Amino acid sequence: MLGKIASHYFAGKSRLLHEKSLYERLAFSFILKRREKMGLKTGKLIGLAALIAMTAPLALPQKASCEVFELNSLANLFEGVSFDHDMHIEAVSDNCSVCHHHSAGTPPTDATCIPCHLKSAETDSAACNACHVNEPFSSASLEASASNPLLHHKVKPGLKAAYHQNCLGCHQETGGPVGCQDCHALTEKGEKYYNTGQFAPKPGKSSSHH
Amino acid sequence: MKKLNRRNFIKGSLAGGLAAAATCNAKDAKAAGGDFGGYPDSMGVLVDLTKCVGCRTCEAACNKEQGLPEPDKPFDDFSVFDERREGGLPRRTTEKAYTVVNRYEVEGRAHPLFRKVQCNHCNEPACLTSCFVNAYTKTPEGAVIYNPKVCVGCRTCMIACPFYVPAYSYSSAINPVVKKCIMCYDTRLKFGRPPACVEACPQGVMTFGKRKDMIALAHEKINAKPGKYVGHVYGETEVGGTSWMYLSDVPFAEIGFDTHLGKEPIISHVKDFLAIVPMVLCIWPALFTGFHLLATRKQTNKENSTKA
Ligand code: SF4
Ligand code: SF4
Ligand code: SF4
Repeated sequence: MLGKIASHYFAGKSRLLHEKSLYERLAFSFILKRREKMGLKTGKLIGLAALIAMTAPLALPQKASCEVFELNSLANLFEGVSFDHDMHIEAVSDNCSVCHHHSAGTPPTDATCIPCHLKSAETDSAACNACHVNEPFSSASLEASASNPLLHHKVKPGLKAAYHQNCLGCHQETGGPVGCQDCHALTEKGEKYYNTGQFAPKPGKSSSHH
Repeated sequence: MKKLNRRNFIKGSLAGGLAAAATCNAKDAKAAGGDFGGYPDSMGVLVDLTKCVGCRTCEAACNKEQGLPEPDKPFDDFSVFDERREGGLPRRTTEKAYTVVNRYEVEGRAHPLFRKVQCNHCNEPACLTSCFVNAYTKTPEGAVIYNPKVCVGCRTCMIACPFYVPAYSYSSAINPVVKKCIMCYDTRLKFGRPPACVEACPQGVMTFGKRKDMIALAHEKINAKPGKYVGHVYGETEVGGTSWMYLSDVPFAEIGFDTHLGKEPIISHVKDFLAIVPMVLCIWPALFTGFHLLATRKQTNKENSTKA
């Protein structure tokens, strides 16, 4: 299913730019091991299981700069998405809250967050998947939110929805790419799933009764 | 847990009448047709129409999950939004597609509105109450499922459904059976997992959880952003309530929703009709043969005419 393969988001010092293919379609934990093996300094490593973690914490602008992330959480039906974090920081004029709400240490911009989070400190992790889970509707997720009476954010978008609502919403307003395949090139499996490309229905084979 | 089937409905609605006496034990007669209101812990889906971008991923997901035949057009082909049926109506669900997404151009709205259609899984389903042969079941989880082995293809449910959902498969000329969304009951819902379309949607258009929580969430969303949504949760009360409910920023009547269905389950309108059901059960073998012949003959005619 979509969203099964965990993706990753490094806010560390190392550059992924030249390691892109290495990291394609690798689960997060696997990547971690591999990095250790390769003797890379892990730095501040933030696991994030999916697509678009728009901007980095303002407090760490140097750490997050010059990075292009490979967002792979949907890398089953789709190729990974190469995400230029730097470019997006610039696009939002260093206002991390545009994407990271209140978790990156900048004051929230969304009116619904302000009453509680106007002065919230930066959270341990500003990664999308620190809050937005992969399977928001699993029995475990539903149970967890139902059994926590103190939880205010009872229903928050899952990781995939959080990415798309954030990214696509902004892209629509700012003229960024909005077509599904503008960001998500289909794999062979994906073409099969959408019955397209090499798996497109042959014309004239229609068996519908209308 | 005991499943609610047509029999319970009859029991409830006829309140100890002839039918109840004839077909069941009085102690089971709990589910009163008309004010049953659904299983307390049943699951539901809240569809936020403001979020849908018309990507059709839900259609692809349903096709794969339900093992449906190859579609006529690829799922990334958006020309389907221009298709029109008789009367200029957009696409409806078919035996090959348990869910379809339609596009509505709304004046003054920045983007078109997209609306996914599938079975709404009514609390008191008209398909279920209208079925002569007891093919339908409303499960405690909320899904309205059917037994294709029992269905005789009479199409009563197709006419009874206020949302025009059930379709028929003609793949077998001898036994056309009902085909519709089952809320992924067999493969997912009964194991506590969300429907395939819900999980596949990139936009999080659909929220899955207990129906009562979905109703609370819907009102919370309406209140949190005044002016964003129209102040109504479609499906909360319509025809006695449905498991799938909708939020919209455009009046429901403008985007193809029937806003004149009222709060009464369809069963209330067909109570008199249901009183004849026990009789129908008695003459069932004869009827069965009749329906079967009718269905078969119709299909044979159809085939002959297409051959000609
Ligand atoms: S929407 Fe139609 S098919 Fe679905 S449960 Fe209701 S009456 Fe039955
Ligand atoms: S709930 Fe399952 S059967 Fe119904 S439309 Fe969604 S994927 Fe298809
Ligand atoms: S998958 Fe979601 S966003 Fe895409 S068409 Fe279906 S409901 Fe709309």
